[in-house]
Amino acid sequence: MKNFTTAITFFLAIIAPLVIVTVALRQPKDDHQLLEQLKAKYPIEHKSGVDHSKMAILQQDFTNPHEMTAACLSCHTERGTELLHSAHFTWEREAYIPGRGITYLGKKNLLNNFCTGIQSNEGSCTKCHAGYGWADKNFDFENPYNIDCIVCHDNTGTYKKASGGAGYPVMGPDGPDFKKILGSMSLPKSENCGSCHFTGGGGNNVKHGDLEMALLTAGRDVDVHMGVDGEHMNCVDCHTAENHVMKGRYYGVSSTDSQRLNCSDCHTEFPHQKSILNEHSIKVACQTCHIPVYAKVNPTKMYWDWSTATRKKDGKGFEVKDAEGNITYASIKGDFVWQKMVKPEYAWFNGTADHHLITDKVDTTQPYLKINTLMGEYRDKKSKIIPIKVHRGRQPYDTENLTVIQTKLWDKEKGKGALWLDLEWEKAIEEGMAYVGLPYSGKHDFIKTEMYLPINHMVSQASEAVSCKECHTRSNGRLAALTDFYMPGRDHNSLLDLSGRLLLILSILGVVVHTVIRIVSARKHKMSHTN
Amino acid sequence: MSTSHKAYVYKGFERFWHWNQSLLIFILALTGFEIHSSYELFGFETAVDLHNKAAWAFIILIVFAIFWHFTTGEWKQYIPTTKNLRAQAEFYLFGIFRNAPHPSKKTVISKLNPLQRLVYLGLKILVIPVMVVSGLLFMFYRYPQDGGISIINIDNLEIIAMVHTLGAFLLLAFIIVHLYLITTGHTVTSNLKAMITGWEDLEDEDETTEINIENPKPQSNA
Repeated sequence: MKNFTTAITFFLAIIAPLVIVTVALRQPKDDHQLLEQLKAKYPIEHKSGVDHSKMAILQQDFTNPHEMTAACLSCHTERGTELLHSAHFTWEREAYIPGRGITYLGKKNLLNNFCTGIQSNEGSCTKCHAGYGWADKNFDFENPYNIDCIVCHDNTGTYKKASGGAGYPVMGPDGPDFKKILGSMSLPKSENCGSCHFTGGGGNNVKHGDLEMALLTAGRDVDVHMGVDGEHMNCVDCHTAENHVMKGRYYGVSSTDSQRLNCSDCHTEFPHQKSILNEHSIKVACQTCHIPVYAKVNPTKMYWDWSTATRKKDGKGFEVKDAEGNITYASIKGDFVWQKMVKPEYAWFNGTADHHLITDKVDTTQPYLKINTLMGEYRDKKSKIIPIKVHRGRQPYDTENLTVIQTKLWDKEKGKGALWLDLEWEKAIEEGMAYVGLPYSGKHDFIKTEMYLPINHMVSQASEAVSCKECHTRSNGRLAALTDFYMPGRDHNSLLDLSGRLLLILSILGVVVHTVIRIVSARKHKMSHTN
Repeated sequence: MSTSHKAYVYKGFERFWHWNQSLLIFILALTGFEIHSSYELFGFETAVDLHNKAAWAFIILIVFAIFWHFTTGEWKQYIPTTKNLRAQAEFYLFGIFRNAPHPSKKTVISKLNPLQRLVYLGLKILVIPVMVVSGLLFMFYRYPQDGGISIINIDNLEIIAMVHTLGAFLLLAFIIVHLYLITTGHTVTSNLKAMITGWEDLEDEDETTEINIENPKPQSNA
């Protein structure tokens, strides 16, 4: 009987817990690799239902781009109205910003930390506008024939908008074969999107750092989605559109937590096999761990100091290049710092952003003027930690009126005040401020600025993801700057740790002293007995 | 000198529980302080993994131990008493150096001295529950916050982490002292042997011989 109860006790005590622990903590088998292979083998490829080269209306000898748009709209009758309301055309959105109310902001009127703003420079900047003829304030945003369909839908890769051409393409003898271009019209390819989104700020990868030409040819090591040796996805595979409203937001110009594109749209909220990683997703965006570095192939601009612009050598503007050929100084723009393989900085973000408007007052007591502000904090349920590129710089501001200055940078010809042509600050500032209808006191200086660009692309392979220790570490961790919460492994209470250590030392000391006295007294005892 | 007899003091499950508990606390402390970034050993990820697994194993063990304590009535061993408490403290501070006798006689139904009763009870009803609760909050605290159950909405992990760390230091200090006090039995190794085999030489009581419940025949080596 006793043996029997012992057996039962031991079964309950040893076998049962072991079985429970083993079953409960079993790791699912990792079949990630297999899944990846299948996905790469069976990508969904778009096949157009229409061959535009068979459309007679498109096979004319067009001399006027507006007529090409008219030809498109003769079949796609409602797309014109759609486009007139899309941000690719309006360059502004109606948005509610807490503390500001309803705003109408966008690339049209916002400042940025690169070329500062398009106003008074439209003729050059609107090379990237999905329209024709936005040369100044008088552009007609209501005319559907001002839409440029081709820049997004050309599938030949030969369509080019002219530099300084207010969005008009190169046509005539120097231009491409428009019959071929119109015949190729289909879903946008990454090249189409990239022709503007890769070159923002005036060159490849200047602005974003995670969006650049290399994505068109690089492998999975650079971008796991677009890699040519993997699924080779197109921009529009993720950035899907309904009636020309694209999914995805860039918070240099956007403000609201809407129409965003999330990893979880495809990958679900809890894509990991380890639940401890899934738990992280409540407070940490996917990108934070899965984009350990950006600007993986070509460098991106991290710093732009306008204050040194307009220097001359022999009465002329000049450029300085570094060993790799990056321009580090240009008389027309000032000093730059470029970086490659950049570790992102991190911020809490809840999807709402504010912007420093050209009418806002500058607070010179702050260390930096924030060109845009990403809202969020640990206690905010909607906030997650995201990786950001912080672009720092110095921009001109009016020291009397305390506003940031819109400078006139570009014109078709010299002598009209454009900084890039005349290399003269005062005239460029006066012209720019007059254009936006704001006063200029005549006194300017340069203020330190920061702009925050969320990093969403150049997602690395799972094996390259940020490791636990890169954040959960005492010093210099990736999240060292986010101090509004307690993170295990990073944070500790020094008083508690000190007290704890003292307690342990005292315990050991007590044991040692006690042992010594015991040994000594035992010896004495023995000696007194033997004596 | 007084006579003694062999008694079955620590039952099978009791010993199983004790040694598993010691092993688990050792693993928990070793991995816990790595998670605390006190040193690097397994690597953070492995340390967290081990810590969580050991924590669940410990919780299961505790459930079985609670069941055992109540069904066997062994919980009564931990009822605190002030009788001999001072004498016991004085024994560890002075008497032990003069070869004085243990002030509390160890018997099968009262195998803990008054100091042990107090300290072990403190561990059982205070330190270990606090460690378990703070540890579970550590594991699950995001869920109430995300689910919007405001009554158990915890804004900050800091207080949980501090309580958990404090408990860890206390347990570690206990283990250091406990390991040493093992050597203060009749002989240096008698307590250790007892916890391994279950059997220990107990001094006979002056008037009556203690009856072992499971082994009614008192064994005597005298």
